[in-house]
Amino acid sequence: MDSFTFGAALLQYTISGLTIGVIYALVAIGYNIIYNVTEIINFAQGEFVMLGGLFAVFFTQTIQLPVSAAFFAAVIVTGCVGFAMERLVIRRARSSTVLSLIIITIAVSILLKGSAMFWWGKNPYSLPAFSSGRPFIIAGAAVQRQAIWIFAVSALVVICLTFFFRRSAYGKAMLASADNPSAARMVGIPVRQMILLSFTLSAAIGAAAGVSITPISLMEYDRGALLGLKGFGAAVLGGLGQFFGALVAGMVLGLAESFCAGYLSSGYKDAVALVLLLLALFFKPEGLFGSREAAKLKKF
Amino acid sequence: MEEISKSPAVPILELREVQMQFGGVTALRGISYGIPSGIIQAVIGPNGAGKTTLFHCVSGLLSPTSGEILFRGRPIGGLLPHRIAELGISRTFQHVALFKSMTVFENVMLGRHPRTRSGFWATGLRFPSMRREERRIAQEAMYYLDFVGLADEAELPAGALPLGKQKILEIARALATEPSLVLLDEPAGGLNMRETEELGDLIRRISETGTTVALVEHDMNLVMEISHRVLVIHYGEHLATGTPDEIKDHPAVIEAYLGEG
Amino acid sequence: MTPRDWRIFVITALFIGFFPWVVQPVKAISHYVDVMVFAGIFTIVCLGISLLMGYAGQISMAQAAFFGIGAYTSGILTARFGLNPWAAMPAGALLAALVAWVVGIPALRLKGHYLAMATLGFGVIVHIVLSEEVAWTGGPSGMVDIPGLQVVGLKLKSELGWYYLVWTVVFLVLLFCFHILHSRVGRALRAIHEEESAAEAMGVPTARYKVQVFVLSAVLASLAGSFYTHYVTCLNPSSFNLMWSIRFILMVMVGGMQSLWGALLGTVLMTFVGNEWLHVFADFEVLVYGAILLLVALFLPKGLVSLVPRRAAARSI
Ligand SMILES: Nc1ncnc2c1ncn2[C@@H]1O[C@H](COP(=O)(O)OP(=O)(O)O)[C@@H](O)[C@H]1O
Ligand SMILES: [Mg+2]
Repeated sequence: MDSFTFGAALLQYTISGLTIGVIYALVAIGYNIIYNVTEIINFAQGEFVMLGGLFAVFFTQTIQLPVSAAFFAAVIVTGCVGFAMERLVIRRARSSTVLSLIIITIAVSILLKGSAMFWWGKNPYSLPAFSSGRPFIIAGAAVQRQAIWIFAVSALVVICLTFFFRRSAYGKAMLASADNPSAARMVGIPVRQMILLSFTLSAAIGAAAGVSITPISLMEYDRGALLGLKGFGAAVLGGLGQFFGALVAGMVLGLAESFCAGYLSSGYKDAVALVLLLLALFFKPEGLFGSREAAKLKKF
Repeated sequence: MEEISKSPAVPILELREVQMQFGGVTALRGISYGIPSGIIQAVIGPNGAGKTTLFHCVSGLLSPTSGEILFRGRPIGGLLPHRIAELGISRTFQHVALFKSMTVFENVMLGRHPRTRSGFWATGLRFPSMRREERRIAQEAMYYLDFVGLADEAELPAGALPLGKQKILEIARALATEPSLVLLDEPAGGLNMRETEELGDLIRRISETGTTVALVEHDMNLVMEISHRVLVIHYGEHLATGTPDEIKDHPAVIEAYLGEG
Repeated sequence: MTPRDWRIFVITALFIGFFPWVVQPVKAISHYVDVMVFAGIFTIVCLGISLLMGYAGQISMAQAAFFGIGAYTSGILTARFGLNPWAAMPAGALLAALVAWVVGIPALRLKGHYLAMATLGFGVIVHIVLSEEVAWTGGPSGMVDIPGLQVVGLKLKSELGWYYLVWTVVFLVLLFCFHILHSRVGRALRAIHEEESAAEAMGVPTARYKVQVFVLSAVLASLAGSFYTHYVTCLNPSSFNLMWSIRFILMVMVGGMQSLWGALLGTVLMTFVGNEWLHVFADFEVLVYGAILLLVALFLPKGLVSLVPRRAAARSI
């Protein structure tokens, strides 16, 4: 600690805050995609992150794939889990009440978590960083190489999604079915398929976040719930359904958490994001960047 | 019961420049009007004119973007709906909003809510005052069911009634709050001819008890037959007012309706 | 209460009254009395959930947190400050009520998924506090040596004594809840569930009722937590985490959210399932829970009571 100047420590906390914040942002984007199409909040979102990390562990350690291949394999497999979740469960719950829907996605999250415990046990697993090498030292603060990868992965996800929703026919169709499902159905957009796609996509994005974070913070079967909650915090804070809001809000949460751990109490660092989540829900449920009018028009 | 004056000089409800905006959509563009006490006031206008929005504003489910609403001279804009109900305004809904899994009887009993008081403790511990109150609620609810002619269906779940009777039940529930002004939003929508005739009788009988009735309705025969005054709104604006006969021949009104069709 | 409810009430009371006489002499199942003490304690929580979620339609994922607030208040006041357990109990209830009120006012303006997330987040925060405030709560390793209960100067030692105490409380709470439901308050709660703006327009102060029923459910959970503390005489934060909130909801769902009898039935059933029959799965118990939760939510969303013939069901609340 001695060699650590105040400035360097501050920088260090900022960097680790931004790193974890970007992960929360990815989780938040996962919520947004499903919410935009279905108005469902998927309580199993955090489990996708956990599964991504653990599948990557499986592919590198058991199958001995290189880390880059393991990344894509984990993303694809988790995407399939999202696909299966929609196909096998959500589709059957079309006429359920909101309460039932909530319980259903919670039940799925319990099942995913339980299965993960079944396969991987209760121990945390690590994953090699995407590229090896010593951390960069910037003004006395260490930046792990993996942190750079995390930013790169998130940037890639955001760019791809932007293209997907703005340019591709599928993406536009998804936005249309989000906007007005019955009208979309009338012009021939297969809304059911869009919902299926949203679950798959959102699981894949969660998995990408999970694989990226595992080299830094390890991964174990029960990490999903908290990651999910914090990601939801970012989603709400950024205005549900808004991608760039989620990005900014994720980083705000990550920073708050990192500073709390650094300067106040590491035991309460998990509570910080949750308190922010509650404050956002209670006093600005339309998000930092949303307008109250727009929020009123939504169903909530 | 207080003396009801039918002179238009004493409006029971007064709208002053009432405006309502939803984001970019302006549903009401500054409506000013006074409803005389004790009459049957019709409010007509093409679909999307803002009639339902106006009722939402008066009953407090929406608070107007600007303007004032006075009920018996007291400003009520921005009050919560349950306060407005306590003050004496009740309503029905264009799209039936009954408590469908509750019985017909329970729906009307709920209407007694603003006139009764037992809370969690009193009801949970069954204080004698609460038991007396419950007995009174039951009697009064039965009175209103009789009044609208639904006593035989009292024990059915409200959702099991045919649409026509659901609309009537909504009126009974609204009357049970003892309003001095009741807002009926398209009560004849979905009713057949015989039912509409009975509805007309019912509205007249409500009016005879001294309750002021404001009525949004598309069935022009009904409007012409029972209402004392008509307010026409069009695109959120006050287009014309007058007696039914005056309105019938009003050029602007004819244009508005023909323009729509 | 309807005559039918009274009949079920009497039958249930008789059953509960004689239950220990039947199971205690049989060695293999004599510990069912102990299981039923837990079932009774959980039923108190679940009756609150039934009012809040089943009748008023407001979702809470934080009931384990209120259970924990009652449990820890009782534990701390009696073990660390030597307070009489019967005095600590209302203190816990008061604290739970206060917390529920403060959280409930902003939270219950939210609906559906948002409300679920807000209460879930609140529950996790309480769990973190219970784990972190080591000086008060003993942290993750919890508290031990919490005094038991005394009834009129007699130490309540036997399971049988506990059994009758807890179930007497359950029946009192049950009556309290039934009376609320069959009154203007109960009608208002159900109206809020079905058509909130119509209820509001008919003069029901919906915001106030929602907060009140939330506070009531928190107080019931807290009372149950106090009994729990003095029965097991040790505490650990893991009994008050999110999974427990979900378990409570599952208990109510299995029996039927919209029926107090359903809440009672489901709680007893699921307590036996949890305490007795799922042990074979050890750690993987949670998988079975997830599966039951999913199946019930998908295929039996109104619970076991919805299997009772329709005509009879329509007449009860
Ligand atoms: N909650 C709302 N959000 C946005 N626009 C609304 C809302 N409610 C009503 N409107 C708009 O206000 C206008 C008036 O609607 P309404 O009062 O329902 O008409 P009416 O009852 O006369 O048929 C319509 O253009 C409608 O689209
Ligand atoms: Mg209308």
